Amino acid sequence: MSWLSRLFSKWLPKESSNWQWFYRLGSPRWFYQRSGQWLPWVSLAALLVLATGLVWGLAFAPEDARQGNSFRIIYIHVPAAFLAQSGYFIMAIAGAIGLIWKMKISYMVMKAAAPIGAALTFIALFTGAVWGKPTWGAYWVWDARITSMLILLFLYAGVMALQYAYHSVDAASKASAILALVGTVNIPIINKSVDWWYTLHQPATIKLTSAPSMHMDMFMPLLVMIVGFYLFYAVALILHTRNEILRRERKTSWVRELATAKAGS
Amino acid sequence: MTSHVARKMDSGFAAWLRRDLLLAYRRRGEVASPVIFFIMVSTLIPLGLTPEAAELEKVAAGMIWVMALLATLLSMDALFASDYQDGSLEQMLITPQLLPLPILGKVTAHWLTTGLPLTLVSPVLGLMMSLPNAGYVPLVCSLALGTACLSLVGAVGAALTVSLRKGGLLLSLLVMPLYMPVIIFGTATVSYAVDGLNWLPPLAILGAMFAASVALCPLAAAGALRVTASN
Repeated sequence: MSWLSRLFSKWLPKESSNWQWFYRLGSPRWFYQRSGQWLPWVSLAALLVLATGLVWGLAFAPEDARQGNSFRIIYIHVPAAFLAQSGYFIMAIAGAIGLIWKMKISYMVMKAAAPIGAALTFIALFTGAVWGKPTWGAYWVWDARITSMLILLFLYAGVMALQYAYHSVDAASKASAILALVGTVNIPIINKSVDWWYTLHQPATIKLTSAPSMHMDMFMPLLVMIVGFYLFYAVALILHTRNEILRRERKTSWVRELATAKAGS
Repeated sequence: MTSHVARKMDSGFAAWLRRDLLLAYRRRGEVASPVIFFIMVSTLIPLGLTPEAAELEKVAAGMIWVMALLATLLSMDALFASDYQDGSLEQMLITPQLLPLPILGKVTAHWLTTGLPLTLVSPVLGLMMSLPNAGYVPLVCSLALGTACLSLVGAVGAALTVSLRKGGLLLSLLVMPLYMPVIIFGTATVSYAVDGLNWLPPLAILGAMFAASVALCPLAAAGALRVTASN
């Protein structure tokens, strides 16, 4: 991908300038130490926001006129679906940064993002199925959005499978970064195609989200939950990345020192 | 200077196209397998579903498209595999030409030996599956454009998995989700024609997908080969 680096070399940060933080971010050791400081705060924020959103959404938000209490699964389903899609872009952007600026850390972030995103996609599909039973009368309907989510799960599976297929860390990182980028180009095409396919085959009989816009009392807890899921995603990503840093840098002196210090104390 | 570069670029494309076609001609048996697979699997459908023409007619377009996709997928694995094993892929990687052009040459050869035969056989399968008369021209047109897209996108997958021992199955996993838009518009082209609608719009979208894949897939495959072939 040298042509890609050359293309971006104009914007390549200069080491001497005030871009130094960018290079520091690329150092696994620096990231490990800093993320250790951030982690408690982000976790605390995630816990608070998620707890607020859950209690608000599940206990205090008004009941839906048609769906009764079953609509409340929306407070898990929608944020998970949201993050599943943003997660793919986060993964692809991390991979692109790795390919362009050759940052070790961004490949680790990319690898960490794949299973988290896949898990969120699965949660979105599963909660959708559970929700579908009382609403549509079936666990599975070939609806446009469900099908797009399923394809997204396949895309995640591909990136993960490629990541694990290579023994060489370098090849695994670069190959799956390229695949993630190809997937990113394709996601809008896939989503539009599936939408088009769905309208072609069955005129939508039940529309869930285009039902009259949600009442504020229902929408606010959803917003809180989405923010909470973003924070939770950040926590999971940081934890997975830290794991990956320790695994890949296990031969360096600072990780050894860290391990012996932990063992000694 | 520009004409010199242009000639060089062209020779990269044409040389690899000619070479791969020659190799395919010498291994005619291998080239026939996707087509034979295509025909054989279509025997399974009446056996598995129903022999009744009225029922088959409904699924004909979709089934032919699914089978063409699978046949292409099976052949994708071989695109770079033998070149990787005998070292000519290394030679391709160190040529002075822009790498996407030799790759485009190889993909063109792949389409000429896989997608084109599948396209040409498809009317026979349509006949066997009692496809309505209006569907034949759209079927051939959509398959011609669609299998070209499949070859191009598949080349990226083949490049990503070339050095893996069990790359074939992984390749299918990587590429299948990317194939889904192609099959949606491919079958839609035929079903529009069968329903008496104007089938050019979905075909035009296939054309757009083809244009985008010609522009982007060789680049992605070149990047992938540089990463994977050396590992």
